[in-house]
Amino acid sequence: MRSAGFRRSRTRRTSAAALVTALALTALASCGTSSSNGEEDDSGSGSGSSDPSAPLDPKAEVTLSIDCMPPAAKAAELREWNEDIKAFGKIYPNVRINGKSTPGQCLEPPRFTAMLKGKSQPDVFYAYFTDLQQVLDNDGAEDISAYVTETSVPALKDIQPQVIDVARKDGKLYALPTSNYTMGLMINRKLFTQAGLDPNTPPSTWEEVRAASKKIAALGKGVAGFGEYSAGNNGGWHFAATQYGLGGDVVDASGKKAAFNDEKGKQVLQQLHDMRWEDNSMGQTQLLKWGDLQKRISTDKLGMFLAAPDDIAYMVQQLGAEYENFGLGPIPGGQGTLFGGNNYMIKKGSSPDRIKAAIAWLNFKNLSPGKGQFDWARTKKDQLPVGLPQPNFFTGRSKAADDAARAANATMPVENFKAFTDNPVQGKAEPPKAQEIYKILDVAMSGVLTNEDADIDKLLDTAEQQVNQVLANQ
Amino acid sequence: MSAPTLSTRKPSPAPRGHHRPAGRDSAREEFVRALRRNISAHGFLIGAVLCFSFFSWYPMVRGFFLAFQKTEDGRTTWAGWSNLSYVFNDPAFWQAWRNTLLFTVLALVLGFAVPFVIAVVLNELRHAQGYLRLLVYLPVMLPPVASVLLFKYFYDPGYGLFNRIFEFFHLPAQQWLQDPDTSMLSVVIAATWMNMGGATLIYLAALQGIPGELYEAAELDGAGLLRKIWHVTIPQTRLILSLLLLMQIIATMQVFTEPFLLTNGAGPEGSTTTVVYLIYQYAFNFNNYGSAAALGLVLLVVLAGFSAVYVRLSRSSED
Repeated sequence: MRSAGFRRSRTRRTSAAALVTALALTALASCGTSSSNGEEDDSGSGSGSSDPSAPLDPKAEVTLSIDCMPPAAKAAELREWNEDIKAFGKIYPNVRINGKSTPGQCLEPPRFTAMLKGKSQPDVFYAYFTDLQQVLDNDGAEDISAYVTETSVPALKDIQPQVIDVARKDGKLYALPTSNYTMGLMINRKLFTQAGLDPNTPPSTWEEVRAASKKIAALGKGVAGFGEYSAGNNGGWHFAATQYGLGGDVVDASGKKAAFNDEKGKQVLQQLHDMRWEDNSMGQTQLLKWGDLQKRISTDKLGMFLAAPDDIAYMVQQLGAEYENFGLGPIPGGQGTLFGGNNYMIKKGSSPDRIKAAIAWLNFKNLSPGKGQFDWARTKKDQLPVGLPQPNFFTGRSKAADDAARAANATMPVENFKAFTDNPVQGKAEPPKAQEIYKILDVAMSGVLTNEDADIDKLLDTAEQQVNQVLANQ
Repeated sequence: MSAPTLSTRKPSPAPRGHHRPAGRDSAREEFVRALRRNISAHGFLIGAVLCFSFFSWYPMVRGFFLAFQKTEDGRTTWAGWSNLSYVFNDPAFWQAWRNTLLFTVLALVLGFAVPFVIAVVLNELRHAQGYLRLLVYLPVMLPPVASVLLFKYFYDPGYGLFNRIFEFFHLPAQQWLQDPDTSMLSVVIAATWMNMGGATLIYLAALQGIPGELYEAAELDGAGLLRKIWHVTIPQTRLILSLLLLMQIIATMQVFTEPFLLTNGAGPEGSTTTVVYLIYQYAFNFNNYGSAAALGLVLLVVLAGFSAVYVRLSRSSED
């Protein structure tokens, strides 16, 4: 029989454990509270006006944390960033900007999701066009509709409506764009010439792509004619781009049902399967993701792949390729092209002064022709790329001014993109729950590229079922 | 008869609120005395308790609640069984379980047998045992990411080492990680190479603890190598073998790093999608923490059930 002493000591131990647990949970609770409140709020020192239409109070001291600052490895971009902060500081001496840089891509979906969940995003944070719903689900961004006017963003009326619309939900505006793109067909001009193809006339249909791919692969030495992603969400992204090019869709008009399990969807997978297994023109190594095809085309091991224009900047700046080696054509099929891009949102809970300061900075840096990212003369001086057809979100007078400045300062042979710029294809927004859908479609893409006996109908059926479930869960 | 406990002591009949009951006072004094006596122990303990609370217990409790919650437009609401329903209706769920079980079986065949055979061979060696032990353990010291990237190069169908070796012997080139039929086996081979060092050393220690007389007696009875292994080595190392088997099953069913890095997680046609990768996908790709937590709960139940069966079986075999 156990003694009373034993029971007493057990009771004491239990009490001690309860005390320690209570202390620990209290500590946890306090940690949670502080993190959910975000970073220090020093925007109220000047106690500016809460009227969104009123300009930023010059007496209000505001500190803004902003991500996607260029890392030290990108010395020229970082220098421009600092110059812009200095110039902005002359106009708004009361606003201090704390840039945050991340090595590699500014945004990696898993990291972004975790950041939103932990509410650790900076005051002004970078996001893809497709991230809006996720951000709102996590109550992560401020409604800036009332703050964004033609006074605070003078070029507002000249921004393409569809680029602004992707940042809207239920009539409320949550972001301002920084860049946009439409997909096209990137070609390696050197391999085209070697294969007896005309590099000034990139293929514009999938039949032409397949024929060109065979000719390029016939060069041997491990050269692939056409390359495609099938991992890291990129396979699904390109499935959507190809489907749009053929006039198909990924999600129906209601946004609640998958719409890719049709003849066009089958065509997308079948043509990839045939190029991979019948023509053997896509190389043996698959499960590729963003960065892999860029490396191959930069080292003359790949003839073509679907890409956005800014891939050229990456290939030249990071991989040491030459601008002259690349050309750009419209998306094969030409029925529609996927458009995407990125924007900046303002953290939920920010004070009116902080929102006004953030919009002032975003306008200065990203939305003013001739300034910030559109200061092409400076970009040329810093030996950074000028002449890419991206970003390309202005219309009207702003577009005319920007196009002229871009052409005057071009650092690359812009005639190589003539097929792309002279044959504009109607842009089509990415589907809702895009990253989730892309992840699911990765499996279908990897299926046809790694399994000669892949059952295309089954792959599409399974993907459709999963996508419907994801859409039903929004 | 036991002495009266704290809970059975009667409080003094003083009116409520006038002064505290004597029983509670003495309990409090005892508690304070014990706290003072063990103050350093509590001081040391509090760090560990905080760490466990922060990194283990709180996330577990939070995960349990998350499995029954849903967050939309910034509002978290109770979702009932809908997260579990989502998980069970996902075609990837059953595929992930099939893949995980395939990985577990292959990892047991390779990852359990290979280190044991290597340990037996090492134990028989008279020379250079120390160097060979170091060589076997070396892969464990490499960071997992470095090992995985090494194997990624070995497996490349175009320029990889394995296909070069196959080519040298005039064997047909393989797709390795790129083929849905061979991708999981390729992952298991890499995982076995990365992790077998630790298991080999544990087996070796167990083998060296077997008294030499048992082998001598077996030899006198005319036993060959295989009979010595079957009748002496295995029975003598049964306990450690059982323990490692359980640990291996629990570890392999939570496999994530190897397929994530070797095949970007899903693999060709989803052939290397494991349960833990699916959890990761729900949470970080689908922003669906509820379903991720629900699937984590399912995995916990399966592993707990397996462990309970195992403990019961091992107890009954000991009896």
